[in-house]
Amino acid sequence: MSAWEPVIGLEMHVELDTRTKMFCACEVTKGDEPNLHTCPKCLAHPGALPVVNERAVEYAARIALALNCSVQPRNIFHRKNYFYPDLPKAYQISQYDEPLAVDGWFEYWVDDEKLGCRINRVHMEEDAAKLVHAGGDAGRIAGSDFSMVDFNRGGTPLIEIVSEPDIPSPEAAREFLQQLRNLVIELGVSECNMEEGQIRWDANISVRPEGSAELGTRTELKNMNSFRYLQQALEAEIPRQVEIIEAGGRIDLETLHFDPDTGSTTPLRSKEEAHDYRYFPEPDLVPLVIDPDWVEGLRATQPELPAARAERFMSQYSLSRADALVLGSSHALAAFYEEVVALGAGAKPVANWTMGEYLAHLNAAGLEAGHGHVTAERLAKLVKLVEDGTVSTSSGKDVFARMIAERAEPEEIVERHGLGQISDMSKLKAAVARVVADNPAQVEQYRGGKQQVLGFFVGQIMKATGGRANPQLVNELLRKALDG
Amino acid sequence: MPALDPLRLTARVAKRLLVDGEISSAELTKVYLDQIAAVEGHVRAYIRVTYDNAAKYSTKVDREMQAMRGPLAGLPIAIKDNMVTEGVTTTCASRILHDYMPVYTATAVRQVWDDHVVMLGKTNLDEFAMGSSTENSSYQTTRNPWDLATVPGGSSGGSAAAVAAGEALWALGSDTGGSIRQPAALCGTVGMKPTYGAVSRYGLVAFASSLDQIGPLTRSVYDCALLLQHIVGYDPNDATSVALPEPVALPDAERLDGLRVGIPAEYLAVGIEPGVRARFDETIARVEELGGNCVEISLPHTEYALPAYYIIAPAEASANLARFDGVRYGYRCADPVDLLDMYERTRGEGFGPEVKRRIVIGTYALSAGYYDAYYGRAQKVRTLVRRDFERAFADVDLIASPTSPSVAFKAGSRTADPLSMYMCDICTIPVNLAGLPAISIPCGLSDGLPVGFQLIGPAFSENRILQAAHALEGAIGFAPAPTFCDSGADAACLGAHAGTEAQE
Repeated sequence: MSAWEPVIGLEMHVELDTRTKMFCACEVTKGDEPNLHTCPKCLAHPGALPVVNERAVEYAARIALALNCSVQPRNIFHRKNYFYPDLPKAYQISQYDEPLAVDGWFEYWVDDEKLGCRINRVHMEEDAAKLVHAGGDAGRIAGSDFSMVDFNRGGTPLIEIVSEPDIPSPEAAREFLQQLRNLVIELGVSECNMEEGQIRWDANISVRPEGSAELGTRTELKNMNSFRYLQQALEAEIPRQVEIIEAGGRIDLETLHFDPDTGSTTPLRSKEEAHDYRYFPEPDLVPLVIDPDWVEGLRATQPELPAARAERFMSQYSLSRADALVLGSSHALAAFYEEVVALGAGAKPVANWTMGEYLAHLNAAGLEAGHGHVTAERLAKLVKLVEDGTVSTSSGKDVFARMIAERAEPEEIVERHGLGQISDMSKLKAAVARVVADNPAQVEQYRGGKQQVLGFFVGQIMKATGGRANPQLVNELLRKALDG
Repeated sequence: MPALDPLRLTARVAKRLLVDGEISSAELTKVYLDQIAAVEGHVRAYIRVTYDNAAKYSTKVDREMQAMRGPLAGLPIAIKDNMVTEGVTTTCASRILHDYMPVYTATAVRQVWDDHVVMLGKTNLDEFAMGSSTENSSYQTTRNPWDLATVPGGSSGGSAAAVAAGEALWALGSDTGGSIRQPAALCGTVGMKPTYGAVSRYGLVAFASSLDQIGPLTRSVYDCALLLQHIVGYDPNDATSVALPEPVALPDAERLDGLRVGIPAEYLAVGIEPGVRARFDETIARVEELGGNCVEISLPHTEYALPAYYIIAPAEASANLARFDGVRYGYRCADPVDLLDMYERTRGEGFGPEVKRRIVIGTYALSAGYYDAYYGRAQKVRTLVRRDFERAFADVDLIASPTSPSVAFKAGSRTADPLSMYMCDICTIPVNLAGLPAISIPCGLSDGLPVGFQLIGPAFSENRILQAAHALEGAIGFAPAPTFCDSGADAACLGAHAGTEAQE
């Protein structure tokens, strides 16, 4: 039996956070009462015409540039025709053979391995409206008593990013998506909120004998919006395909549904007929001519992107790649980290504190980096207190927790709760002497060669000092007393 | 108040009478409402006459003359019922938009409304502007006031007939393949299709987006320019609209000295009726008399224009008309059992046969596997047609042809044969494919029915066309008025001045 390798390609849809819709002036909003943000254009009233949202073109071009695509000087919008109640014109204005941008690549990391994926294209289109099915077999249009359409979302600018089938594993597919999502968020063009469906994707997957250059027949997993399910679905699909091929069967080009409960993929109810979208150039819009100078202007004002920032952090702060990727993943976190370091705390300890206590705190409190009581100044002070030995690492964590609870400066907390580390030699000497005197049996064991017993003595001293004794000094003094 | 003959009164004269205080807008409007009362039962040009609005608004203009002063203030107008008008139903003569009440107003209509014109009503058309006789209306068949047994042409047949019958001072129509010029020719009025993009299409219910253009139907070339002045301009709501390089000027030319006029041989080889040909030849002789130089030219791809048009226009229409699905507005079939049933019956019951025919043709032409052979090739032909004109305009200033190969034909005579109906637009369709401006002016009668003379110019040459048409109009001196006879019935004519008599 030969070994098989999967070949995965992804197609992502991202809703842009423009103020207005793709082809009309209605506001793009979330959670407002249904059909509040509509007009003759996005409701496709007779005679209404589309007008391209320039800001959406800018946002799309920023994504394209970040994916190293070449932004095309001439863009054509097409009509993609199909009937559905969430598509008021019965065609979606999209792009077809002359899209915004083509031929890019995206680099992403899986553990310590850098992978590259070619990007086929980035194009612009409009989102459909939202359908709500009620009564009967609610949830599907076919079985429900009635269906309602909320056109607030209809016409939201949507970007489609299509990768080449260069992704070698389900795990890589998940990493690709997560890192691509971070990139889009960093560009400030979409929050990529997954629950609101601001980012969603289709995956196509095929298998082939390892080392083969040919592509097998692919199946498609449609409209997913969970990273975990994506990976699970792909992981389930590989053995299914391998099994069919090894049994002499053929893979059908079909769309599959992944059921997270059973962990398996099953074909979607087959459509009564294959879709023929009858694409043709949108006659209501003239070709969009993009000025190369405008593109260069965008390129010059692109924000620093996560991958580049991670590289910088590695060289500037001597961080490991893993740490640099975490700290560099978002602009807000990176800015916070750099601010703390700039206040004089050590780059490596600040990285540990930021990724450890600080991120945990942000997650627990639902805060964004840079917000809340743990300011960059306070964290810098705390890290310095630990660095100069004023408090121990374990006490430092206590101080961190109290900073949030008591909304106070770290040095005040150390003072208020007596959390300062005891480095006073006379105090420490007395404590050591007492512990040695109180535990003759253990002293005997130690002197008999059982070095591990040292830990017992350290523990006793820490217990006696409430964990505040400077562990380095305690070790020194104990050895002197016991070895002496 | 002077006696006004609605069959002859021009906007130019009406405007002067209004400005001089010799008549009021209310009086002027009443002239047309009276004429409507007298002849509309036979002509049936309007789908909806907005009596109340016309009476009230004209009175308001009179009362607030100071504030509402403007070049068009108080002049009554008819609007083709495929331009949306907020608060007034817009049907496109289709059952699927029966009683549809628009929530906004088309830019071109808004522009004349802002100039305080008085809207008389919405005129009949072939359903969704698809047709050349106005017989494809789901509501009524409009008749030609020159002979009530004949059609007014189409698809702006309602607007053309209303102007010809004195039921409107002037009107707005739309032209996708000849829909302004051909009915203007058949009804003996002036009709102009501006350069594609010159007038905003926002609010014009789309038939074929890359071909549609709004334009005036009037009683004189001067009126045509006056109305055109007020509807052109860039509209941020229409991405295909453009500002004209120079403003539309009111024409005053009386001579055509030095004007080079090309006569395309191909347009005279398409089965032009002898009577039409005779009037055309006479008019060409007048062009020469006025100092113009007429030369024969060739537009070699003319024969492919009609087939290309009947691919491109239906293809665009198949998508443009897909929005009429029963979901948000308009007609919805009774008691649909599911979504597909709703779509199929709503559209099956809502659209008439010609609209369905074109949707099917267009859908087919865009289908996978057929796109290149049909839509793709038709677009290439379109490019060739455009280049024909570009080459021709290197040597001539304007191109002249008959507007329609025939005069008004009998109602019902071509409805069973779509191809013979499509041939009506053989001389006008290439102009839409090339996006050029063109005018039709009356140049005489053949068997008692008007003949149209078409002048085509390069893009944005509206002023050149209007000047030439104005000079020619003066030389032709087209004077007859429609008779309201019915050659198909024994009954006598209604009388040429029905409206005026009612008033006197």
